[in-house]
Amino acid sequence: MVTTQRKSFDWFTIMIYLILVCWGWMSIYSSSYTIDSPLFSLNTIAGRQLAFMTCSFLIAGSILFIDAKLINRLSYLIYFFTMIALVLVLFIGKEVGGAKAWFNFGKFGLQPAEFAKIGTVLVIAKFLNDNNLYLNKTRTLIITASFVVFPVLLILMQPDAGSALVYTSLIIMFYREGLPLRYIISIIIVGILAILTLIIGVSSSIIVLIILTSILAYLLKKQEKKFMIVLIFFIICASVISGINYTYEKILQPHQKERIDLIIGKEKNELGSGYNLKQSLIAIGSGGFIGKGYLKGTQTKGNFVPEQETDFIFCTIGEEFGFIGSTLVITLLLSLIIRIILLSEKQTSRFSRIIGYSLAAILFAHIFINIGMTTGLVPVIGIPLPFFSYGGSSLLAFSTLLFIFIKFDACRMERF
Amino acid sequence: MRKHDFYEHRKYPVLIIISAAIVLIIVKLFSIQILDKSYKLSAENNVVRKIVKYPERGWVYDRNNTLLVSNQRAHDIMVTPYLLDSNIDTLFLCNILQLSQQEFNNKIKQAKKYSHYKPSIFLKAVSKENFADIQDKLHLFKGFYTQPRYVREYNTKSGANIFGYIGQISKSLLEKYPKYTQEDLIGITGVEKTYEKQLAGEKGIERKVVDVFGKYQSKLEDGKYDTLPKKGQDVVLTIDITLQEYAEKIMQNKRGSIVAIEPSTGEILCLVSSPNYDPSLFLGNQRSKNFTNLYLDPAKPLWDRSTSALYPPGSIFKLINALIGLQEQVINPATLFICNNGWNYKSILHIGCHKHDSPLNLRQSIAQSCNAYYCSTFQRIIASKENSTAGLDNWQQHVKSFGLNKLIHTDLHDKKMGFIPNSEYYNKKYGIRRWGASTCISLGIGQDAILMTPIQMANLASIVANKGYYRTPHIVKTINQSIDDLNQDFFTKKYCSIDSIYFESVIYGMETAVEGKHGTAKKAKLTGMKICGKTGTAQNPHGDDHSIFIAFSPRENPKIAIAVYVENGGWGSDVAAPMGSLCIEKYRTRKISRIRLENEMINKNIQY
Ligand SMILES: [Zn+2]
Repeated sequence: MVTTQRKSFDWFTIMIYLILVCWGWMSIYSSSYTIDSPLFSLNTIAGRQLAFMTCSFLIAGSILFIDAKLINRLSYLIYFFTMIALVLVLFIGKEVGGAKAWFNFGKFGLQPAEFAKIGTVLVIAKFLNDNNLYLNKTRTLIITASFVVFPVLLILMQPDAGSALVYTSLIIMFYREGLPLRYIISIIIVGILAILTLIIGVSSSIIVLIILTSILAYLLKKQEKKFMIVLIFFIICASVISGINYTYEKILQPHQKERIDLIIGKEKNELGSGYNLKQSLIAIGSGGFIGKGYLKGTQTKGNFVPEQETDFIFCTIGEEFGFIGSTLVITLLLSLIIRIILLSEKQTSRFSRIIGYSLAAILFAHIFINIGMTTGLVPVIGIPLPFFSYGGSSLLAFSTLLFIFIKFDACRMERF
Repeated sequence: MRKHDFYEHRKYPVLIIISAAIVLIIVKLFSIQILDKSYKLSAENNVVRKIVKYPERGWVYDRNNTLLVSNQRAHDIMVTPYLLDSNIDTLFLCNILQLSQQEFNNKIKQAKKYSHYKPSIFLKAVSKENFADIQDKLHLFKGFYTQPRYVREYNTKSGANIFGYIGQISKSLLEKYPKYTQEDLIGITGVEKTYEKQLAGEKGIERKVVDVFGKYQSKLEDGKYDTLPKKGQDVVLTIDITLQEYAEKIMQNKRGSIVAIEPSTGEILCLVSSPNYDPSLFLGNQRSKNFTNLYLDPAKPLWDRSTSALYPPGSIFKLINALIGLQEQVINPATLFICNNGWNYKSILHIGCHKHDSPLNLRQSIAQSCNAYYCSTFQRIIASKENSTAGLDNWQQHVKSFGLNKLIHTDLHDKKMGFIPNSEYYNKKYGIRRWGASTCISLGIGQDAILMTPIQMANLASIVANKGYYRTPHIVKTINQSIDDLNQDFFTKKYCSIDSIYFESVIYGMETAVEGKHGTAKKAKLTGMKICGKTGTAQNPHGDDHSIFIAFSPRENPKIAIAVYVENGGWGSDVAAPMGSLCIEKYRTRKISRIRLENEMINKNIQY
């Protein structure tokens, strides 16, 4: 092990991070603002967020000063502990809004699902790096996938579909690490068929499947094992369709069905998520080009948008800073993602590249789903906007993962 | 050494897909924040609550500036459906609002149908007494709030047909008056309707910023866009409320009408339609129940008989025939006609008359109301032209000049033309040239197809009093102390086709009817004040005859012209004449000297 040269920390990334976190706090302060609210108090949302920020900065700082090798070596252990936490929360967690997702510590709560991301990312990076494996081998793929499937299943049991959904974004990292394109296409097709089954019913989906199978057979006409491949494809897809249909019709409770109907847009809920979206669009849309000015948003001040400090925090930005401000925030977030990807490509170690790609993928999933949800591009799925949404767990987890990456980037010449 | 990375090129699709997805979001933001302007409006609807400040409707006074109609404060209870609690204590709330569970649910349903997010009226015009209790407790119920507004307050129980009433604006009217909104009230009948524009005033609007719970946050931009309500203009009626109340009292338990006009101005002094009702019945939460009761009442109290009832005028019409006869010079004051207990035509047709001396001259024919005299006069009027058609149409032209068979363009909202037949009418009825003066001889004594409204009868008295002209009868004297907003046509004289010199002998006859030994209107005689009158008794195929009287007083420079019409009242001389005389006395002297006669008339109860 030869340490050659040390690179300094990537200050560009750290700057963007600090800007985003501060802007996030301003938004939270604004969305919970009333004329007589004290500036700093643990009884206010903004005050508590300030505490989370301090905490995050401390952890981020300490990550930068500990030995990177230590983190690398502890990867399996961290994964193990975060999984234990996911199991424990199912038993001793506090139920909020129908989901057991929180450990309760007095005024504060911790959401293990947020931290499980760190563990999962670290363990995949460690596994693939140490064994120098690429995902073009089925065996590797299965082991790697199981690292993901385990926390996803645990999170689904809470149940917290939004947080579980975020893990699918790791496909971006898998792709970069050699996952064959056909797997990705298959997953997309299965996903589309599953949604189609719920929307248009079994029989129509089967017809779509037969058409898809014919196209596949045509494309593969020169291959040797074409019959086997087409058959396997058909059987898998058909079982997905019938499995989904069976689950929906026979296993799910009426209220669960209702939730699914809402998510796929089969039903509109005027007073539930439909109302949220409507108010969210009004708040953002009324911001116009330059916005109404900081602390002057009428919709957010009047509490018209539900969950406006957490999942719908983007409404405050859209309303008060308008199109200019929203675009600036989105551009900053995109620059962060692109910077992370470009830095990842410069890594000599796969361990840090995988962490970088995973971080970029998870950030992207959160940003796209969250802002997409507030602007009506995607169905209402409750996940936070990184660095902006109120909540300690999300901020802590993202800060930790980001600074782990910054730390590894700074010692990119070290071999692990 | 590091193994070669086969997959490095895969960073490009990743970067492209991520960037494309983010650009997609920016495009979507562009569309909702810049292209679509509707969200700005929705945002304003969310937070800006327009509080309508209802103006006070103009007050109404009588001709002596006695306040008749003013306003009292009431409150609308408003509801915003989406703010309602799901587990609301309806029993308690219904109790406070004095509603049944059923009514409550209906009203909620109605409000939801209108809008989930916009407030609508839940309970209209809650009176002061109930409001205190409601205000104390209503804040316990999310989604409800109160909004002040005015309702009418009446200082008299009379004149409901004159004032009319206000009610919620109908859909068809909303299209006609774009300034009004669904919740607004508008005059539906009476003065409230004809002078709606002046009485209504202007609404003020206050814009408040509220939060999602409807809680007040602040004024919108410090009230920059707020406007104050403007009170409606005050209206002074031509009505003398003392006379109106007295006439209504004297008409109690009878059906019919009393209309009095000041002859020199056309100002209506009283406009009575009986049976009537208390105008206050249309206020408060019993409103619709009261309305239904009045609507279903067989005596039709909501129907303004004074302007809309079409009655045969009977003998009062003889005045017109006398005047036409004089004008056409087919009779003169000395003309005598024989009466053999009536008038005969070739022993086929007989029009009866009561017993009196014969022959009579013009003056006595009016005083004693001889049927034969007017059959003969009418015959001569028709015969004065080359044929019956020309004769009758000439007669009709004269009659129409008395404001009959046409709408008088007054400010009373409900009015009828009445009917005076012409040749066309009889051609249709009997065939061309298959009729003559004898066929329609009853026109001479005010029967046959003639129909008049009580206000036209009063106007007839007014024309005679003025010796040949009238000013359009109207009900409003001034608006905001000016006559600019009134129909200027009210102030021009409208002459009838009879020269004024011919009126003297007719008036002499009317004087004799009251003062003379054999006068039919003897019961109208009033010591110390000269009354000129003419009684009438109209045959009624459905029951007892209608009792009629028109009069004016004093003889020179008359101050009041009056028409009294009592359905099924019997002889004009017995009922209508004394009632008219009492009204004249009340108006002129403000007191009644003939207490016994007054009691007799007030207590007269005419059964149907
Ligand atoms: Zn006679």
